[in-house]
Amino acid sequence: MLKPTAIVGQVILYGAFAAFIGVFATWPKYQQIPNDVALIKLSISHLGDRECRKRTPEELAKMPPNMRAPMDCPRERSDIRLEVDLDGQPVFRTVMHPTGLYKDGVSTVYKRFEVKAGTHQLAVRMDDNLVKPGFDYVKDEQITLAPAQVMVIDFNPDRGGLFFK
Amino acid sequence: MSFHATLRQGASSVFLRIEEALDAPFGGQDNPLRHLGAIGLYLLWIVVGTGLYLYTVLDTGIDAVYSSIGYLSQEQWYLGGVLRSLHRYASDGFMLVMLLHLVREWAYGRYHGFRLYSWMTGIPLIWLAYAAGIGGYWIVWDQLAQLSATATTELLDWLPIFSEPAARNFLAPDSINDRFFTMLIFVHIGVPLLLILGLWAHVHRIAHVDYLPSRRVMLGTLAALVLLALLRPALSNPPANLAVIPGALDFDWFILFIHPLTDISSPAIVWSLLFGVTALLFALPVLPHPAPAPVAVVDAANCTGCDRCLADCPYAAIAMRPHPRRPGLKLAVVDADLCAGCGICAGSCPSSTPFRRREILVTGIDMPQQPVNALREQLEMALARLTGRTRIVVFSCARGADAKTLAATDTAVIDLLCTGQLPPAFVEYALRAGADGVLVTACRAGGCDFRLGEQWTQQRLLGEREPHLRRTVPPSRLQVVLASAHDDDRLADALADFRSRLDSQPATSDRLPPYRRSAPPQA
Repeated sequence: MLKPTAIVGQVILYGAFAAFIGVFATWPKYQQIPNDVALIKLSISHLGDRECRKRTPEELAKMPPNMRAPMDCPRERSDIRLEVDLDGQPVFRTVMHPTGLYKDGVSTVYKRFEVKAGTHQLAVRMDDNLVKPGFDYVKDEQITLAPAQVMVIDFNPDRGGLFFK
Repeated sequence: MSFHATLRQGASSVFLRIEEALDAPFGGQDNPLRHLGAIGLYLLWIVVGTGLYLYTVLDTGIDAVYSSIGYLSQEQWYLGGVLRSLHRYASDGFMLVMLLHLVREWAYGRYHGFRLYSWMTGIPLIWLAYAAGIGGYWIVWDQLAQLSATATTELLDWLPIFSEPAARNFLAPDSINDRFFTMLIFVHIGVPLLLILGLWAHVHRIAHVDYLPSRRVMLGTLAALVLLALLRPALSNPPANLAVIPGALDFDWFILFIHPLTDISSPAIVWSLLFGVTALLFALPVLPHPAPAPVAVVDAANCTGCDRCLADCPYAAIAMRPHPRRPGLKLAVVDADLCAGCGICAGSCPSSTPFRRREILVTGIDMPQQPVNALREQLEMALARLTGRTRIVVFSCARGADAKTLAATDTAVIDLLCTGQLPPAFVEYALRAGADGVLVTACRAGGCDFRLGEQWTQQRLLGEREPHLRRTVPPSRLQVVLASAHDDDRLADALADFRSRLDSQPATSDRLPPYRRSAPPQA
């Protein structure tokens, strides 16, 4: 039979155990970014271009009739160059490499930028064929971000290339 | 002494002090610190049981998942709400207990030798527990789930394991669909199942496993958690919206601490920390540590195949095989990798009785570093030297309170590897060969370094376990004292009390007939 002091002791200690769990299961509160900040997520997954070459008639003539594809495209994909400017200042520069052992997979990038809420000038440039000079895709526009808003920079060739949402 | 050894010794001393303090209200068998593994398992069963109910009422649609869980807390608070809170708080408790269990086992040096397997199999369980815990938070699909899902996938994306960033799955509200939650449920059930499988492996080389703590501890823990669930029910944060970053959230620091840690440092630092700590835990056994104790040795000629050592070994180091020379009989076989060298098997062997008249006492299973024959010789020599009115023999545990300082002209101290090494017949032998009393000291209840030594010793002396102390031994001449390493003074006081009690009773009142193994020399 437990002594009264032991019972009291156990009640206190079990209570302390429950209190410890109860407190740190919810407290202190956590906030990832300040109230006046918005988030820009840059997330692009895209296959770089390929350096295709048109076969000459002589080359085609030497090939079996069923394999006479007019274009000779290598398996490898081009690196992709990407630049992001915010309010005229460069905030991100990268060259994305294709994935896969044969460098024939997608090139990807994922990046977060915390910016003050408000109006900003956002410019994104992407070049998916480094052999050709210049950027194939450019999007430069003024954006207005509310506090805590998440804006995504993505790429979809079916939606005209780079887009903000 | 190395820094690691000093740190470990300091930590073990702190643990022992706290355990001893908790003995006052809880007693040894209910002391939570001495049963962390069993309490962890119990909390896991609460998580599993409450999780089954939550699974039955969960709707896995994107919006429905939030509302179906919210319904439990709002409309069905008395059942579903309580079970949901229990599910969360028992998970948090599991993490806490798991961490304490890990640190305690490290502090007591239980990570090498015969404990290597349990240590190694325990480390992956930490990863599984956190994977299950973090995944569980996603299912609610509130803002905390959104934060955790995004932060976890961003952390995972730092590793070169996905061809496309996993975080792209949580870019915008239309990025996820109902199937995501169906998959999440499967993962959240599958990972805990793996955890349970891993736990089976973790303990399967241990005998007499405490799968559950004592009933009193279970009731106390459950009552505490139910009370917490009623006073502070687990509630959802506002629903997830991937178009907006969550504001200040109620945050579970037991399970989700990794996200703030990543935010204030970087994924590279967090992964380095996680892999570094894991590698360190795996590497601990190769750090310098005391040499393993010699293992038990079986003598085939004296082993009767009675199974008692098999039944008593705390680490399942003994197996019974057909006897090579005695058809139909069995022979104990010791697995050296599992043997702790505690001697509990020698104490359980019926052949270990000192009353055998052989000049050299050879028992069925014995410890090379302290054979039963040497024990008998030590006892006989000590008894021959004892003088004084009340001569007492103390059988003590090398891991418990230090009894050697109590040795005197009227007190003989025989230190054992573990008190479980003591064959009960030695008590009777000491009394019949000249001792007025025998004091047996073992570690505090539940505090035996070899898990079961104190428990088996008490049961044998009380006649509840074989080999038992014969009932003809007067209880007044035997004193059992449970005293751990810090209890030297307590042991000294107990010896003094025992002596004064023996002094106060007539010398011949209940004395056993004397016994001499060999005839006294002729005059």
